[in-house]
Amino acid sequence: MVDLLTIIISKYNYWGYIVLMMIGLYAMIVKKNLVKKIIGMSIFQTAIIFFYVSIGMKKNATIPIISHGHDGGEHAVHAVDFINPLPHVLMLTAIVVSVATLGVALALAIKVYQQYNSLEEDEIDSQIKVK
Amino acid sequence: MKWFGFIAVFLCGSLFIYGTVEFPGWGDPLSPTSTHVSPYYIEKTMEDTSVPNIVTAVLADYRGYDTMFETAVIFSAGIACLFLLRQMKRKKTDFRLYRHTATGITFRIEKGGKLPPTAKEFERIDGLWTPYDLIIKTTGRFIIPFIQIFALYVIAHGHHSPGGGFQGGVILGASFVLFAISHDLRSALNRMSEKLTAFFYTLGVYIYAGTGALCILLGANFLDYSALATILFVDPVTARSHGILIVEIGVGIAVMAVMVILYYNLVSAGKFDEGL
Amino acid sequence: MIWQLDLIILTFVIFCGIGAITIKDLLGAAILFGAYSFMMSLLWAIMGAVDVSFTEASVGAGVSTVFFVSAVFRTTRRTKD
Repeated sequence: MVDLLTIIISKYNYWGYIVLMMIGLYAMIVKKNLVKKIIGMSIFQTAIIFFYVSIGMKKNATIPIISHGHDGGEHAVHAVDFINPLPHVLMLTAIVVSVATLGVALALAIKVYQQYNSLEEDEIDSQIKVK
Repeated sequence: MKWFGFIAVFLCGSLFIYGTVEFPGWGDPLSPTSTHVSPYYIEKTMEDTSVPNIVTAVLADYRGYDTMFETAVIFSAGIACLFLLRQMKRKKTDFRLYRHTATGITFRIEKGGKLPPTAKEFERIDGLWTPYDLIIKTTGRFIIPFIQIFALYVIAHGHHSPGGGFQGGVILGASFVLFAISHDLRSALNRMSEKLTAFFYTLGVYIYAGTGALCILLGANFLDYSALATILFVDPVTARSHGILIVEIGVGIAVMAVMVILYYNLVSAGKFDEGL
Repeated sequence: MIWQLDLIILTFVIFCGIGAITIKDLLGAAILFGAYSFMMSLLWAIMGAVDVSFTEASVGAGVSTVFFVSAVFRTTRRTKD
């Protein structure tokens, strides 16, 4: 029983990211509305970022900013005391790029709406087949 | 289709959950991600660059190429949105609309007619109904300077606290977006025109790449800021810290301009006439 | 790091995500997506990723919600699913 609890506590964050990723994938596969698909894409991206941040986590460690002062002087920095900063760096740029791709995707959606006067995939399909 | 999608997603998710069995425990200090290269960054950042925020140091110095091309991606996203949506030909309307600012009454003036420019109490509007609210306008005017000061603080203080070029740039862009929402798109375009935006996002990428090229001219590798010590008159460690600041300012300018141009294009569908 | 708080906010995130893709009003979906992003930034702040959390709070909860609202304003608000 205690074993099961430790497994759950040490793994539930990964399960959370998988659930979020599957929500995003489901929206991208099944939903017919283009804005819903874009929301699904954004959820997928944040799920991946969540995974990266989770694997950078360390227990009993503090945020990756070294405390310093003019009078306190330098003291030795141990890697165990600080959370891994590398995934944070990679994901920080990924978030800003995700908003850039979001802008382009919404621009495409507006263009499709101007052409076909609808955002639903099946209606756009039927209009393409008629032509 | 719905059930097919659900089953596919369910199977995929179960495979992923089965995969997590082999993962290191959550928060394990000895996991493979935390043992190879990141201890070097944590322990040597203070000696190498004298920047306390490790994330900023790794972002702009150790992995400067990564951030430079991320800035280029944002730049090209702004360009792509402009090419997709912008309609250069403006449709001529045969009437103009003016609103009396004190009472909110709208005037319609037929083609050829024009109000004299000395009539200060009238303002030109685009649609028959453009949002007009004195409270929102005044609050927006009151709050925008503070947002911009905070954004500049976030850019400048990114060495010592969470923040940096990306966040500060987004907040600075959000202040212009707030201006465009609380007033209207026409007055926002008067303050921050399309040409000025284009100038700013090219300037941001140019500052980043130009700093790297300057390092080459001074005899070091691309983006090795310690070469800047000879022209900034500081020691090489402080020069790396200053180099990070210059680069972050470039990133902030580029991100700000791209956010503003994306908003202008999306909200007016490329026509640049009326906003939200 | 308090794992109970973490679990509660994770549950909120998942419910906001499900709500954002099931609601039949695109403006509501945009607002729920903003709430999702804000909860996500709280989760990252709990995990110690302060820079990522700050970025997500300004980008995800701020600017991308405005983008969604403006795109919905330029297209249509109604949807069938």
